[in-house]
Formats: sequence, structure tokens, C-alpha cells
Amino acid sequence: MPGKTIGNALLLVLTLCIACMWAFPIYWAIVTSIKPEQEVVSKTTFIPDVFNFSAYYFALFNTNLATWYMNSIVTSVTVTIVVIVISVMCAYALSQIVFPGRKLLYGIILASFMVPSQALVVSQFVLMHRLGLINTWGGIILPQLVVPVVVIVYKQFFDSVPKELREAAKLDGCGEFQILFKLYLPLNWGITTALAIITYIMAWNAFLWPFLVTSSEDMMTVTVGITQISDAFGVKYARDMAVAILAAMPVAVAYLLFQKRVTQALMLSSGIKG
Amino acid sequence: MIAPFLTAYLVVFAYPVYKMFALSFTDAPLIGVGQWVGFGNYVKLFGQKLFYTSVWNTGYFVVLTVIPNTLIGLGLALMVVRLKGWLQSLILVLFFIPYILPVSVVTQIWQWVLDQQFGIAQYIIEFFTGKRISVFRDPVWAMPMVALVTVWWTNGFNLLLFIAGLRNIPQDYYEAAMLDGATRLQCFRRITWPLIWPVTALVLTLQLILQLKIFDQVYLMTEGGPFNSTYVLLQLVYREAFRLNHGGVGSAVAVMLFLIIVVVSVLQYQLLRVRER
Repeated sequence: MPGKTIGNALLLVLTLCIACMWAFPIYWAIVTSIKPEQEVVSKTTFIPDVFNFSAYYFALFNTNLATWYMNSIVTSVTVTIVVIVISVMCAYALSQIVFPGRKLLYGIILASFMVPSQALVVSQFVLMHRLGLINTWGGIILPQLVVPVVVIVYKQFFDSVPKELREAAKLDGCGEFQILFKLYLPLNWGITTALAIITYIMAWNAFLWPFLVTSSEDMMTVTVGITQISDAFGVKYARDMAVAILAAMPVAVAYLLFQKRVTQALMLSSGIKG
Repeated sequence: MIAPFLTAYLVVFAYPVYKMFALSFTDAPLIGVGQWVGFGNYVKLFGQKLFYTSVWNTGYFVVLTVIPNTLIGLGLALMVVRLKGWLQSLILVLFFIPYILPVSVVTQIWQWVLDQQFGIAQYIIEFFTGKRISVFRDPVWAMPMVALVTVWWTNGFNLLLFIAGLRNIPQDYYEAAMLDGATRLQCFRRITWPLIWPVTALVLTLQLILQLKIFDQVYLMTEGGPFNSTYVLLQLVYREAFRLNHGGVGSAVAVMLFLIIVVVSVLQYQLLRVRER
């Protein structure tokens, strides 16, 4: 049917156009960041005449970006590892070990969905202050460690592992920790990478909490720190865009490398099995 | 084995939840102890104009984002799902990449795009309105623009959920309908729409809860202004607790937000379930 083919071609073109428009602000940010500052405001060019990396040079060497990177890496990597380890242990226990209050505990964890973590910032701040953790890595990390959805996703996966495996391992004299880390975790390696990447992206991108809990520039994470640059040096477009791109780089790279895993994890955590 | 998670849960989650309620009945400053004031903070809130402004603006923002975000997500998914192979992956990446950007990066990019003097979007604004507009300093434009940026930022996630939903619809349904001479529109209304409804309900619910918690974008783009036209509830929490040093009042606002989210999500759950039957 020729009519159908033309229709499909038109639809394809339309979809492509919308997609390009959608991604345009990102393209525009990248283009702006490699222009010299005068060119940015003097004319509208979609492809820069010359590639100029002075904005990146400035962002890397004349601001606190390196310190903020350090803070972001330390906090988001720690959050990722701890979240995965404590959640996987909790989920394994909820799924495989019979203990009193198991159902109740699972119910409580499910119910935590209703609590917006943003509403807790005041009391969490008070708590961190009492623990003496304001403006420290610990203060940034601690409140991010409780991610109920990771526990729930893991539990669902563990529930579907055949019971015989566990019984066989028990007969061989394995303890619960061995069964979890030598059997159940490797069996669910795919889901662990997916959840780890998404936790890392979320931790890197966290704004409100790190913003509240850090008071000095040298403790800020990248996401919070970059908002200070215009304040400190005045508005300069090429430089601001270079800073923004550098700040997004670690998550953009993680996403492009592990696209499938990222989308899989998001679907799992919203309840659609991908 | 549950001990580590449980400890973390109790210390940084359960206890702060309790503390949020407890603090809201005291006149505590941000740090330090306060006197029991009963419902005093709540009474104070209900007598404060800024509180109503914040509730109103939060609601306005939710209306501006939730429904467009769901419809655009579904529309784009219908387009993208028909494509094949690497082309589909490429287009999906283009739509999805804003979602993984940190909020401060998103706001910096858009502040540049919408910049009154040099922003590239001003060509479009000028075309339609005849003049350049400093969108984040204009009380009429500010909130819709924050909403626009939010839709751009978060839509990739909805698109993804819709595509997953659409892929789950068996192709033979369409083939059978085509044999019976159904048009595309009929196919959509009789097959796609009813079968995609559960995902739509999910997207709506997730969006609603997410957008009620708006703070970051507003704070970074407008700081609640101009003339409080974008002041939202979480910002009131921030202002009372961290700027004015009223930990008690701040907690009371947080409790209100918490209650609104619980009520709205329960209501919506009921409503959408009724529609499902």
C-alpha cells in the first residue's frame, strides 16, 4: 500500500523533528560552551566557527569544581554501595527467612512510599545537627541510605528464585550470608547493576538535601556547587554552560554506557517489569 | 541481616517522621528545644496569606504539569513505538536524556535558552508576542515556564513507561481489528486506550505525587518570585525553618504537605480504580 508507506514516512519525519527539538536545548548548551564568550552574545551560530575550550579551562581550574567533583564522587559512590548492601540483606531476610513480624515489617516498608522524603528535611537537619554531621560527607550520605523501593524490587526477585537451590545450599552447610552473597546475588547480578546505576544517578543528582546540609563551598556536591558560580563570578554564558556540561558528564556517561540497565531499573522501581 | 537497613530506617526515616509531627506542635527554632504550643503553628499558618499562596501555586503547578506530561508522554510513545531498531533507540535517547540531568544543570540550560537578551527561545517568544519577555521575572509567565521546563525534564520517564505498556499489547489484536476493517482511530479507542489505561493511571499517580513536592526548579529559576507568583509549599518549609529559624512552623508546613500527598494519592487511587472496572 503506497499510501501507508507515505504515511509512515511522514510520521517518521515528524517524530525525528520533535526529537531534535526536544534535544535542542542540550545541543545548544554544548555549542555555547565551545564558543568564545564574545561570539555567544554577538551572533547566533548553530555551528561554532572555531572550537574554543577556554570556558572548560576556566571551569576546571578557576572554580571549585574539582572539590565538588570529589565530594560528589565520594558521597554518591558510598550511597550506592551502602544502599545496595543493606537493601539486599534486608530483602533476602524478608524473602527467605521466617521470623516474627516479617509481614508487618514488609508492610511498613511498602507504606514508606507515602512519606515524601522532602517533608522530612527539617527533622533530618535537626538530627544531623545533633549527630554533629552538618557540613560533612556523613551528613550528606546518611539520609540518602533508606531507599525502600530497592528492598521491594530485590524481595520480588528473591521470591522467584526456586526454593530447591536454597535447600541444596543449606545441606552443603552454607550459612545465610553465604547463600545470599554466593548464590542469590550472582543469580540476580543484572538487577544489581541496574539498581546500582540508578541509585548512583539519583545520588549524584540529589539537590535539596545536599543543598541544605552543606554550608561551606568546599563541602558542596557538584549539583549544588554549580549554582554558586554565577553568583561568584557574574553571568557568563559559555562558562556557565561548560560548567553545566561538566556537572552532567558523570551521569550522562553512566546512562549512555548502561542505557538498557537504567531503563530496566526505572521500570522495575515503578512496578512495571521490563 | 535486616539490622543494618532497619537501623538506618529507624534513625534517618522513622524517627524524623515522628519528629516532624512532634516539632510541628512546638515553637522550636531550627536548632534547639521549644515549648509545646498545641495547634498554634497550624492556626498561625491558616492565618497567613503566604500559606494559601503556596498551596494555590503548588496546585497550579500540578495542573500545569501532570496532565500535559501524561498526554505528551503517551503521544510521543505512540509515535516512537512504531519505529524500529537503532532508529527507535536513538530517538528514545534523545527524548530520555533530559531526565537523567541534575536539576541545576537543567535550570542553567533553560535560563540560557530563555535569557531575555540573548536566549534563543526569545525568537519564538518575540514571534508570538511581538516582544522579548524576561519569563522568570514576569508573574504571568513564570509558573507556566517552570512547568514547561519540568515537563521537558521529566517526560522521558513517562515516555518509557508508556512504551513498555504499548509493547505489552499483543499485535494480533490489531491484526484482527484491521481484518474487520477498523480504522486507526477505532483501533486506538477500542484496543490501545483501554489496554494502556493501567499505565496511564500509574503515570498520573506518580506524576501527581512527584509534582506536589516541587521545590528545586522553582528555587533555582525564580526563588518563588516574582511577587510570590511561584512560591510553593516546600519553599515555605525552607523559608520558615532555614531562613526564619522557625523549626516548629516549618515542620507544620511539612506535615500539611505530607497530609495533602496522602489524601491526594488515596483519592486518586480510588478514582482510577473505579474507572478501571
